[in-house]
Amino acid sequence: MPIAIGTTDLISILPIAIVSLFGVYLLLQSVFAPRMNRILIPYLGILGVGLAVVGNFFLIGMEGTAFEGMVRVDRLTVVLNFLFLITAALSLLITISYHEGEHVEFLEFTPLVLFSTAGMMVMGSAESLMTIFLGLETMSIALYVMAGFRRTNRHSLEAALKYFLLGAFATGFLLYGMALTYGMVGSTNLTQIAQYFTQNALDVPLVALMGLALIIIGFGFKVALVPFHMWTPDVYQGSPLPVTAYMAVGAKAAGFAAILRVISLSAFSIAFQWSEILWVLAVLTMTVGNVVALVQDNIKRMLAYSSIAHAGYILVGVVASNDQTVPSVVFYLIVYLFMNLGAFAVATMVAGQNERRVNIQYYRGLGYTQPLLALAMAVFMFSLAGFPPTAGFIGKFYIFSAALQSGYVWLVILGVINSLISVYYYLNVVVAMYMQQPVDEKKIAPVLPGVGVVILVAVLGIVYLGIFPGTMLSVLR
Amino acid sequence: MQGIPISHFLVLSAILFSLGVIGVTIRRNAIVIFMSIELMLNAVNLSFLAFSNYLNNVEGQIFVFMVMVVAAAEVAVGLAIIVAIFRLRETVHVDDIKLLKW
Amino acid sequence: MLQLTLFYIFAVLAVLGGIMVVVHRNPIYSALSLILTLFALAGEYILLMAHFIAIVHIAVYAGAIMVLFLFVIMLLNIRIEERAPGALRYMVYIGVPMAAILFLQLGYLAFKGFQEVYVKNTDVGTVERIGQALFSKYVLPFEITSILLVVAMVGAVYLSKRKLEIVE
Repeated sequence: MPIAIGTTDLISILPIAIVSLFGVYLLLQSVFAPRMNRILIPYLGILGVGLAVVGNFFLIGMEGTAFEGMVRVDRLTVVLNFLFLITAALSLLITISYHEGEHVEFLEFTPLVLFSTAGMMVMGSAESLMTIFLGLETMSIALYVMAGFRRTNRHSLEAALKYFLLGAFATGFLLYGMALTYGMVGSTNLTQIAQYFTQNALDVPLVALMGLALIIIGFGFKVALVPFHMWTPDVYQGSPLPVTAYMAVGAKAAGFAAILRVISLSAFSIAFQWSEILWVLAVLTMTVGNVVALVQDNIKRMLAYSSIAHAGYILVGVVASNDQTVPSVVFYLIVYLFMNLGAFAVATMVAGQNERRVNIQYYRGLGYTQPLLALAMAVFMFSLAGFPPTAGFIGKFYIFSAALQSGYVWLVILGVINSLISVYYYLNVVVAMYMQQPVDEKKIAPVLPGVGVVILVAVLGIVYLGIFPGTMLSVLR
Repeated sequence: MQGIPISHFLVLSAILFSLGVIGVTIRRNAIVIFMSIELMLNAVNLSFLAFSNYLNNVEGQIFVFMVMVVAAAEVAVGLAIIVAIFRLRETVHVDDIKLLKW
Repeated sequence: MLQLTLFYIFAVLAVLGGIMVVVHRNPIYSALSLILTLFALAGEYILLMAHFIAIVHIAVYAGAIMVLFLFVIMLLNIRIEERAPGALRYMVYIGVPMAAILFLQLGYLAFKGFQEVYVKNTDVGTVERIGQALFSKYVLPFEITSILLVVAMVGAVYLSKRKLEIVE
C-alpha cells in the first residue's frame, strides 16, 4: 500500500505545520545562535504565528476531510484556527511585557506556546477521536509545563502538579469513553460515529451512551464544568499571568471546539436522551462559578471563577443543539477571547514584579492614577458582565436566543439571573477603580508596549463586535 | 474450541480502571496517584485491544500505540514536575502542599 | 481450555498487582506491584493476538516508564507514607463507592454485550498490519506524536534544569 499524500492534505494542515516547524526552529535557534538577543525569541514566535495566519487564508473555501478522514477542513476549522492563532499572538505579547518585569527565563516558553497552539488547532480540525486525543494531549502537556514555568515559585509548581494530576486523571476517563465508543461503533471516525448514533437513535446501546458520557467528563475537566472544576482556581492563581491568560482562553476554546466536533456531529440524533444531563451541568456551572466569584478578593481567582461561569454560558449554547449552536458558541468564544485576554493584560500590568499586587484592593484609585488602563479594564468588566453596548451582551444574547429556539425557557431564565449575579463582582472592580482611594502610594509602572497592543486590540474587538456583530455572524453562518 | 469470551477482558479492564480511580482518590502521595493513573490507562488499552480483536479492526491497535506514546510523554513531564516540587519543598504529599485541596 | 486458564492466571496476577499498587503504603512496593500488573497485562495482550503491542508494552512500560518511576522514588528517597490525616479520610468514603459504581456499570455493560463473542484468531495484531496502517492511514496522528514528544522533552528538561539562567 503506497503512501498517498496529496496537496489538499498538506494544505489542510498548513497552519498547524507552520506553527510546529517554527517551534522547532526557535528551539534550534536558541541552541545554535546563543549570542542572539533572547528577548527577540517571543517576537520570532509572533512572526511564526503571523505566517500561520497567512497560511490559514489558503484554507478558506475548502470543504472536506484530509489524511484519510483524520482532519476535517470547513468553515469552523478556519475560524477556530484564527481564534487560536490570535490567542497565541496576544499571549506572547503579554509575555514580552511580563518578561521585562519578571526576569524569568522565557526561552523555552515561546516554542511551548507554539506547540500547544498546534495541539489546539489539531483539536479544532479533528475528524477522528484519535486526532482529538493527540491534539488535546499536545496542548495539555505543554500547558502543564507552562503552568509551572516560574519554577522557583512554589505556587507555580503546585499549580503545575495539580493541573497535571487532574488532567491526566481526566485523560483516563476520556480514553475509556473513546474505547467504549470505538468498540460499539467500530471506528473512531466522527462521521461514522454520527451515522451510528443516527441509525440507532431510537435505541442507543448503553455502552455507547456510557462512552459518550465518559468523553464528556474528560472534556468537562478541560473546560472546567462544575463537578470537574476543582483545579481551575488554584491553577489559574498559581500559573504565571500570561499562561493563565493563554490557558483561560485557548484551552477553553479548544475544549469547546472538541465538544462541538463530537456533539454537533454525533449527538443531534440522541440529544433528547442526554441534553438533560448537560442542562443540569450548565446550570450548576453558571451558578457555582458566579456565586463563588462573589467572595474572591484575588483578581486571578475571581477571573478563574468567572471563566467557570462563562463555560456554563457557552454550554447553554451547546445544550440548545440546533443550527444556532455552532455560530453562537463560536461567536461567544471569540468575544470571550478579547474580554479575557484584555482583563489579564491589565492584571499583568497592575500585578507588577513577582505578581505581588493581584488583590482587588490594588485596583483602588486606578481611575485617577492610570485613567486609560482603568478605562480599558472597565470596558472588559462591563463586557464580561454582559452590558448592552459591549460584545459580551451580544454573545450572551445569541447563546440565549439559540436556547430559546429549542424551548429551554427555564435554562435561559436561570442564565439571565446568573448574569445579574455576576454584575456584582465585575462592578466591584470598577467601583474600586473609580470610587475608592488608592491603597498605597506606589505607582504602577507605565503600560509597556506589548501589553498596550493587547489591551488596544481587545478594546477594539469588544467595541466592534458589540456594535457591528453582523459581519462576524454572517461569516460563522 | 470456544476460546475466551471478549467480555472477560472487558470486565478485567473495568476492574483495573476502578482500582486506578480508587488509587487516585484515596492516596496522598503524588507518585502513587500518578501510578494509579497509569493503571487506568493500561485498563483502557486492554479494552481497546479486546475491541480491536472483536471488530477485527487495526484502529484499536494504533490507538493503543498512541496511548503509550502519550503515557511516556506524561511520565517524563509529570516526574519532572514532582522532582521540581520535591527540590523546593522536600515533599511529595499532596496534603503538605497547602494549595492543593482537591 | 488452556487459554482460559492462562487468562485467569494473568487476570488474577493483574488484579492482585493493581490492589497492591493502591493499598501498599510504601511507594517502592507500589511500583513493583505495578510492574507485576503490566507483565500480566502483556500476557493478556498475547491472548488477544496483539503480539506487537505486547512486546512494545513490555519495552515501553517495564523498560522505560517503570524504571523512571523507580528511579525517581529512589532519588527522592521517599519513606513509608504516613496515614492520611483525619481531614482527608472522607476521600475513602467518596472514592471507593464512586469506583464501585463505575465498575458495576462498566462491568455490567461489558458483560451483557460481549458474552457470546470469543477471541478470534486474527492478524490485526501483527507487525505488518500495524506498520502498514501506521504509515498510510494513520500517518498524521503518527506525526503529531512527534510534536508531543518534543513538547515533553522540552518541558522535562526545562523543569529539571538545576540553575536559573538570568537573562542579561
